Amino acid sequence: MPTRQGLTAPLRQTTVMRMNTSDHALAMAAAGGDSAAFAALLERSYDRLFGLCFRLTGARDQAEDLTQDICLSLPAKLPGFRGDAQFSTWLYRVAVNAAHDRRRRASSHAKAATGWGDWEVARQADIAQGAARQDWLSGAMAALPDDLRDTLALTLGDDLTHGEAAAVLGISEGTVSWRLSEVRKHLRAMAEKETTT
Amino acid sequence: MKDPLDDLKSAMDAATPPSDSTRRAENLARAQEIFARHQGSATPPRHSSDRPKGWAGIMTGVRQMFATLATPRALTATTALVACVVFVALPDTRALLLPSLAPQDATAAPPMRERAVAPYAVAPDSTAASEGSADMHFAPLPSRATAPPAQREALHSKAGARAVGAMTADAPVVQPEADTEAFANDDPNPVKITSETPVSTFSIDVDTASYGVVRSSILSGVLPPPEAVRVEEMINYFPYAYPAPDDGTAFRPTVSLMETPWNSDTRLLRIGLQGALPAIADRPPLNLVFLIDTSGSMQGADRLGLLKQSFRLMLGQLRPEDEVAIVTYAGSAGQVLDPTPASDRATIIAALDRLEAGGSTAGQAGLQQAYATAASMAQNGDVSRILLATDGDFNVGLADPKALERFIADKRDSGTYLSVLGFGRGNLDDATMQALAQSGNGQAAYIDTLAEAQKVLVDQLTGALFPIANDVKIQVEFNPATVAEYRLIGYETRALRREDFNNDKVDAGEIGAGHSVTALYEITPVGSPAVLSDPRRYGTPAPTGDSDEIGLLRLRSKAPGRDTSTLSEIVLPTALTAPDDEARFAAAIAGFGQVLRGSDYLGDWTLEDAIALAVSGTGDDPFGYRREAVNLMRLAQSLKN
Repeated sequence: MPTRQGLTAPLRQTTVMRMNTSDHALAMAAAGGDSAAFAALLERSYDRLFGLCFRLTGARDQAEDLTQDICLSLPAKLPGFRGDAQFSTWLYRVAVNAAHDRRRRASSHAKAATGWGDWEVARQADIAQGAARQDWLSGAMAALPDDLRDTLALTLGDDLTHGEAAAVLGISEGTVSWRLSEVRKHLRAMAEKETTT
Repeated sequence: MKDPLDDLKSAMDAATPPSDSTRRAENLARAQEIFARHQGSATPPRHSSDRPKGWAGIMTGVRQMFATLATPRALTATTALVACVVFVALPDTRALLLPSLAPQDATAAPPMRERAVAPYAVAPDSTAASEGSADMHFAPLPSRATAPPAQREALHSKAGARAVGAMTADAPVVQPEADTEAFANDDPNPVKITSETPVSTFSIDVDTASYGVVRSSILSGVLPPPEAVRVEEMINYFPYAYPAPDDGTAFRPTVSLMETPWNSDTRLLRIGLQGALPAIADRPPLNLVFLIDTSGSMQGADRLGLLKQSFRLMLGQLRPEDEVAIVTYAGSAGQVLDPTPASDRATIIAALDRLEAGGSTAGQAGLQQAYATAASMAQNGDVSRILLATDGDFNVGLADPKALERFIADKRDSGTYLSVLGFGRGNLDDATMQALAQSGNGQAAYIDTLAEAQKVLVDQLTGALFPIANDVKIQVEFNPATVAEYRLIGYETRALRREDFNNDKVDAGEIGAGHSVTALYEITPVGSPAVLSDPRRYGTPAPTGDSDEIGLLRLRSKAPGRDTSTLSEIVLPTALTAPDDEARFAAAIAGFGQVLRGSDYLGDWTLEDAIALAVSGTGDDPFGYRREAVNLMRLAQSLKN
């Protein structure tokens, strides 16, 4: 349904005005074809997006690649942004889906990738070098199933509420809470194991 | 106990590296490139320099286009081009045209409806965008920007080329108004060669909605879009004083032949049908179900407000034995007034007054309930009719409009008629209204003023509510010995196939008590200098037939409640008759309508001539309809200049 977009998102703005424009308004303008709005929006979102990609993949090089994939696919996807959700929610959904795709491709490529999934292999190599805290994180993340890890990737950074994470994943808020309690169980089990060994 | 997730979070924060700044810059730049390519241009969308910001600017652009390019030809020619250009070249408009892209939280936006019809995206006369001229200005556009290569007549291409030539390269980039009006129309009827297609068949049309839309456009200072103009509905808006049947038949045809006002070498054949006006005192009791759209968009004085006033006017016309029920549809359908005798005016008016706009439209549920209510009210001999009042956006549960039509057509056979009254502009779905009224054996009228409500619901109520003949079809067979070419003016949406004339299963228009229906043919006599097509070199059959007849008029109609039609035939003589007031006025309105549609057949005949002709045919005009039309024509003339 044609909507009077001009009322909410003025089409032409100066750069100064852009600073104060919400992500949402920028996204609407960009979805409508405003390239300046698109530039401002991506510039603003890039680091958050990269952070999420890292939490989703667990490896810097993979995070860089994933971020690039997402950035380059955004122009095609943006017209699908309907404005009924927060832009960040929408963007994170794109990111999680891209991560899934990547994971699927990677698994069909005979485990070519490193990252959380192959951490166990890497740990064997790195074991001498310590980096204990990072190891603990990697170990914890690697031990989790994909869906728990995705949920965690969303909730650990940027202070997404359970509700927002649920919206990104397309699941109910209760499911997010349940998944996080599962994560806690995993972590406690891991902690117990470490203390006993 | 400490939440292990907190540990995980701080570990994660510590572990997350910053993004690589080189790749960051690279990714941003490449994304930007792709974005630009995606929009089809490397530069931001261009707007005309004086274009104000935001929506107001868009509206101004549209108004300006109509004001500056408002010769009907230019309009005809440019709507197609503009529609294509907007769709492809202006990325901003995609949100306006594609429903899926639209923001949903536009707080200041008016009530929204789910309808994806781009208002003028389908200009009926896309032929105007002739390939040559389109390429000249819009060559860089992807191929879907070029108009579909429809069959083009030479005249059309010429008009298109002229109009495009008039547009400068800096023509304001206009976006169509984001209303969702959709109009039912077809290309204007072409000239037919009698020796090739001597038979012309169509259904009568007593709708008046098009005139209402034309009037409301002109009164708001904009010429109507050509596709909103259905010439026959404009002509039939006016009552004509044709002689009434005196032999007990349902209607009486009146035929006359006059010189065509816009071409002295052709003749205008007028076919007038006058429906009988049965003694009003004998009329059967009436069951009326008001099916009222109370969705959010009906808010406003020109919609629900006008509707309440209109129905209140009508109540004065009802008899104590008539019954009224009110069903609303908005969100959920509901019966707000059980069948109530018309004598209980207070109850009915109180129910009307309680109506409030809100919620979305659930038309089909409402329609089903209305038919159920009508069925419960029906007694032997009663006439049952549903009066559907809507702003036209009849987006009902049925996804398929055809299914809705079938549903209504089924119910029509049960004896309940359906008439559609349109209110308000902006999302007027004229096409659906037409379809519903046609399937429901009813009339479609557009009510823009209380005066119009008076005309439709008071002055002509009897005709609107009491059908005297169903499925009225007209067929004219022209005599190739006397008529070289002919052209039916209007009735584009009512054309029937030749074989449908005798097929009683094929639905056609209804004529109501006291209604008059007028059809005009422009005919070119054999040997006239106005003949457009050259004689064929091969195989032109020698014209035969009596030389004092121009043709034979056949009429078919069914008495209400009957399944079989009766036929009557009238020979059309070649003798010219002096045009009476009625013929002159009808011709003037036909000319007016064709000017608005951008017809190619008018030569240098202008609105000024139409006004002079209409003034000469004003006649008695007890209700002032004709004088109003003359004023409207004057206004249209000023808007064109």
